[in-house]
Amino acid sequence: MQQSNMFDYKNYRYFKIAVVVILIALAAFLFFEPAVGHYGGSWLGYTLGTISACMVLWMTWYGIRKRRYRGTGATQGWLSAHIYLGTALTFIVTLHSGFNFGLNIHTLAYALLLIVVASGFFGNYTYMIYPRKMTENMGEDSLDGLLLRIAEADKLARKIALLMPDEINNTVLRACRETSIGLSLIDQLSGFQPNCPSAKAVQELTILGKDLAVEQRKLYRELYSIMVRRESLVRRARQDLMYRARLGIWLYLHVPFTVGLLVAMLAHIVAVFVYW
Amino acid sequence: MRNHFDVIIIGAGPSGLSAAARAAEQKLSYLLLEATEAAANTIRNYQRRKLVMAEPRGLPLRSPLPFAASLRESVLNSWESVIADYKINIRYNSKVVAITRDSESKRPEALKVELGDGSIFTADHVILAIGVQGNLRKLEIPGGDLPQVQYQLDDPEAYQNETIVVIGGGDTGVENALALTGRNQVIVLNRAEDFSNCKESNLTQLTEARQRGALDWLLETRPQSIEANTKGEFPVTLFAETPKGIERIPCHRIIARLGALPSRPLLESFGVAFPTADLAALPVLTPRYESNVPGLYIIGALAGYPLIKQGINQGYEVIEHILGNPVEAADTALLREKFASFCSDRGIEDVLDKIQRSVPLLRLLNSLQLRELILESNILLPAAGDIIFERNDYSTSFFFVIEGELEMFIDEDDIADDSFKSGEFFGEMGLLSGRRRIATVRATTQSALIETPRRVILKLINSVQAMRRTLDEVAIKRIVHACIGLSLSEDDLNDLASHAVIKQYAAGEELFHEGDDADGLYLIRRGSVTVSRMMTGREVVLFYVAAGNYVGEMSLISGEPRYATVRAAIATEAILIDVGRMQGIIARNPEVRASLDARYLQHLQEQEKRQQLETSSDSSSGFSNQSAQSSLISFLIQQGVGEATDVLLIDESLCVRCNHCEQACADTHGGATRLDRDTGPIYANIRVPTSCRHCEHPHCMKDCPPDAIHRAPHGEVYIDDSCIGCGNCQQNCPYDVIQMAVIQDQPEQSLWQMLLGIQPKQVASTNNTKVAVKCDMCKDIADGPVCVRACPVGAALRVNPEQLLGYASNNVADEHHILGFDDA
Ligand SMILES: Cc1cc2nc3c(=O)[nH]c(=O)nc-3n(C[C@H](O)[C@H](O)[C@H](O)COP(=O)(O)OP(=O)(O)OC[C@H]3O[C@@H](n4cnc5c(N)ncnc54)[C@H](O)[C@@H]3O)c2cc1C
Ligand code: HEM
Ligand code: HEM
Ligand code: SF4
Ligand code: SF4
Ligand code: SF4
Repeated sequence: MQQSNMFDYKNYRYFKIAVVVILIALAAFLFFEPAVGHYGGSWLGYTLGTISACMVLWMTWYGIRKRRYRGTGATQGWLSAHIYLGTALTFIVTLHSGFNFGLNIHTLAYALLLIVVASGFFGNYTYMIYPRKMTENMGEDSLDGLLLRIAEADKLARKIALLMPDEINNTVLRACRETSIGLSLIDQLSGFQPNCPSAKAVQELTILGKDLAVEQRKLYRELYSIMVRRESLVRRARQDLMYRARLGIWLYLHVPFTVGLLVAMLAHIVAVFVYW
Repeated sequence: MRNHFDVIIIGAGPSGLSAAARAAEQKLSYLLLEATEAAANTIRNYQRRKLVMAEPRGLPLRSPLPFAASLRESVLNSWESVIADYKINIRYNSKVVAITRDSESKRPEALKVELGDGSIFTADHVILAIGVQGNLRKLEIPGGDLPQVQYQLDDPEAYQNETIVVIGGGDTGVENALALTGRNQVIVLNRAEDFSNCKESNLTQLTEARQRGALDWLLETRPQSIEANTKGEFPVTLFAETPKGIERIPCHRIIARLGALPSRPLLESFGVAFPTADLAALPVLTPRYESNVPGLYIIGALAGYPLIKQGINQGYEVIEHILGNPVEAADTALLREKFASFCSDRGIEDVLDKIQRSVPLLRLLNSLQLRELILESNILLPAAGDIIFERNDYSTSFFFVIEGELEMFIDEDDIADDSFKSGEFFGEMGLLSGRRRIATVRATTQSALIETPRRVILKLINSVQAMRRTLDEVAIKRIVHACIGLSLSEDDLNDLASHAVIKQYAAGEELFHEGDDADGLYLIRRGSVTVSRMMTGREVVLFYVAAGNYVGEMSLISGEPRYATVRAAIATEAILIDVGRMQGIIARNPEVRASLDARYLQHLQEQEKRQQLETSSDSSSGFSNQSAQSSLISFLIQQGVGEATDVLLIDESLCVRCNHCEQACADTHGGATRLDRDTGPIYANIRVPTSCRHCEHPHCMKDCPPDAIHRAPHGEVYIDDSCIGCGNCQQNCPYDVIQMAVIQDQPEQSLWQMLLGIQPKQVASTNNTKVAVKCDMCKDIADGPVCVRACPVGAALRVNPEQLLGYASNNVADEHHILGFDDA
């Protein structure tokens, strides 16, 4: 039993197809130089343009297809094809344009396409890297589980801190109140809070514990270990959120720019036929 | 007050109530005794607003006691009004403790019924209908009967801000305790030193609850006594013996979950005989429900009929039997239907008689047992050439041959390896192994067969000793025949079979150890084993051997000590054929020798390959490829993959946490996902998520009253729509993969709705009952498991144990590669 990922799916079937497609387009481009030169309006340009337009639509269809659970076939195959043929598409469109770029709607469509493709590549990169790291970070725990445990550690720490000198109590309180986990998108993407009060509290506690009365030492040690555990929980929760955010963020480029691309492409095609 | 009656009915459950109502109609003098303060205690203890189902659907109801599928509350109300309308002579709080026959008294033929409070009644006939739920074990300590001590928890929400002690460290106790946390202070008392008897999930929840201070526990602690307090906040104080001495625990309430007492000792004390020593055996009854004690009748759940409707019908019938009226059993119409295509010109009794005459094994049954067997079975009438089942099918039913002749084919050639004639039976391997069929069976002439579900045969085997013996003998002979001796003479076969020993092993137990002297050949009859060997100082699993194969042939051939250790992966049953006998057989039968030799050589080769891998792999890289692979296998076996026929794995190094697997499952399965991607243990990036493993021996099937859980021909274990939502399967599944949920068909989202992000309208649901749901492996969906197909990155996959080894080695090789890459 051989398990395959989206790249080597069915022994690189779509990679091979994509290579063949690119080679054919390139050969056509090199062998048939239209009388008018290479540009979108030549017969070769039209052919390549039509093929690209169809492919763009088909690429977009993937977003629908992956949510239609009742069909047949495997989504994995679709994604594999999406990736390789999307890359091939970039070549074909470039050939279609005959390398004529300018400040016009055509080139806008092309630019949007490049953004979509680039974000797609970034997405691929995240898909390859982060899942493994997420597992390393979380093991069998779930994010909800971590947050719950942090909340419990908070409660316990505050209870113990009440019996401690004010300074310690304040440090603990601050750590519990001011620690934020993935509040804003930026926080989520970066995966840390600058000047994290939880980390600071642990540092401060190390110093504050020095001149405690003997009978408070035992409680203090307990508090300290709770705070250390808590800090590592916080760190792991942030990491997890970071990975999640990075796994998802690129889709916020990929999908809206796909919509933009569709509109620009339509405009381009209309423009071409209107101003023939 | 009079105290002699024609009939005393004990237990006011559905069966007892039905008998009482019929007795009232027939103007008998009767008395109904109920242990609790209200009728139908079992039904009363269902969760609130549960839909009570009326299975089996086709069975007509014939009793003055009404019953149709409806809410618990309305069922109970309708029965209360019967009690009022018929002025049922019922005595509550009357727990029967003894039934004897008093030959000294003035009515020597009467049965004497004694209650807990010492009252005594006599009757000519006694009907026992006490069900199997009632005998909850009570606290036998001073104060165990105080009102603050309860033995059941119907509605955990009913208690707020109380201090509650839960006694009992089993699953029920722990679940009750967990349900009470949050709003109450809960303390669990456990007699044992840990909670190792609990399900994993309960244990983790319990530990978590304790960590967050929601609950506390006392281990190795036994309750001593309970005292009522007259003043103070707490109404009772529990005194408990802990390892540190006696502890006082003031509290509001004590919930003791000590399990149920099996009803067998009670029945035995009444003089009722059982056919076998098996605790699950049912009492011996005549076709009129009379036990071996003349005048003592047993009906309902206690007699082995686990559904309400059956019990109600029996309540009616037993009264008619007592009156000497002829009754046509309620199932006659159903039987007639069964026989529609078989001897339809004859009367039912006639056909049953014909069946018993042609099949000796069925002569061991009484007519009640036979009727039940036929009702649960199918009559098959295959034509010559029809295939009954094929090799590698997953079916587990059992077949009796009434007429005709059939042939069995174990291997590919078209030469029959065995044949069955009228009166014989086949398919007995299915009773044990829960594995694929090892042979194809084909009718050679027009035949008539009875196809009986595995569960029904197992139930009978528990009650009919002689049937078990016959089956065992034949089964051993056939497995020996199938595994090693296709060419053996009948004499050799009989000789082997009669000397073979059946051995049982718990999971993890060794069949034999590396270096032992060979004691014989082991045919794995049920379960599976791992073959492992010490290599470079660690134990390495070499193979996984499933039921239907054998192990131990290597030393038998070479004459050397055992070269490997064989260990049961799950509960396993093996048939041991001793060395001497086996060597005799080998000497006489060159063909047997040849096939053993072939196996031996194959093993030797594989073994060699492994050894090479082991020595060539870089020993400096910490853990070697080989050992990582074998520990992945051990991990998966620990997760129950050994007893699985198909299990979902998620490769966490690919999974992008998009949750499409769950969404797809929910969308195609009534809105309730059957897998939980996020939970379940992980090893080497492989997660075994909470999802059905389609076990070889589905524990979930063990105790399903309407028999709603089945196995499809390709191995899928699924629940059909006759599920009554009793939750037994959820309790019985050791992997916690069954949930109770409301199923509702999901409308398909149209393209426009999808583009615009509109959720399609849910059809208003008509039925809000929770039923048991679990993975059915998408058996009704073309193209197979949608969870796997919906995964964009190929992280979700389903494997069976045969593929396991291959997958594990690939995956670890991968892992290894990446590690090596990092090092460089
Ligand atoms: C959670 C759950 C859900 C179920 N759902 C369904 C369903 O939907 N549909 C269905 O058909 N079946 C269902 N069943 C099965 C059904 O409840 C039983 O088959 C049925 O109750 C058996 O009836 P009975 O009269 O034989 O015994 P019971 O109903 O158990 O009645 C026995 C009565 O005898 C009394 N008693 C016990 N001991 C003594 C004694 N020593 N002296 C005097 N009285 C005594 C008890 O208090 C009780 O009232 C369910 C079972 C459970 C546990
Ligand atoms: C049915 C599909 C298409 C048709 C008929 C078509 C047609 C044309 C024509 C006629 C031109 C020449 C216009 C000019 O130079 O004035 C052109 C140029 C171009 N097209 Fe397309 N096209 C199609 C699809 C696409 C697609 C899908 C893209 C990219 C997303 C694209 C990108 C371009 C670019 C970048 C140029 C070059 C602009 C330039 O010459 O300044 N076209 N196309
Ligand atoms: C014209 C080009 C492309 C278009 C129009 C396009 C469009 C889309 C759309 C609509 C989705 C669905 C997003 C969602 O709903 O979740 C998607 C997903 C994705 N695309 Fe593209 N895409 C293009 C090119 C590419 C390329 C070139 C790559 C990679 C090299 C790529 C990689 C991906 C990936 C990895 C996903 C996410 C898969 C998933 O999680 O289901 N795309 N794309
Ligand atoms: S529900 Fe549980 S017991 Fe039943 S087959 Fe699935 S995993 Fe096994
Ligand atoms: S196989 Fe089908 S039913 Fe089972 S978990 Fe996957 S989608 Fe759900
Ligand atoms: S569909 Fe695949 S990638 Fe998405 S959550 Fe499920 S297993 Fe992970």
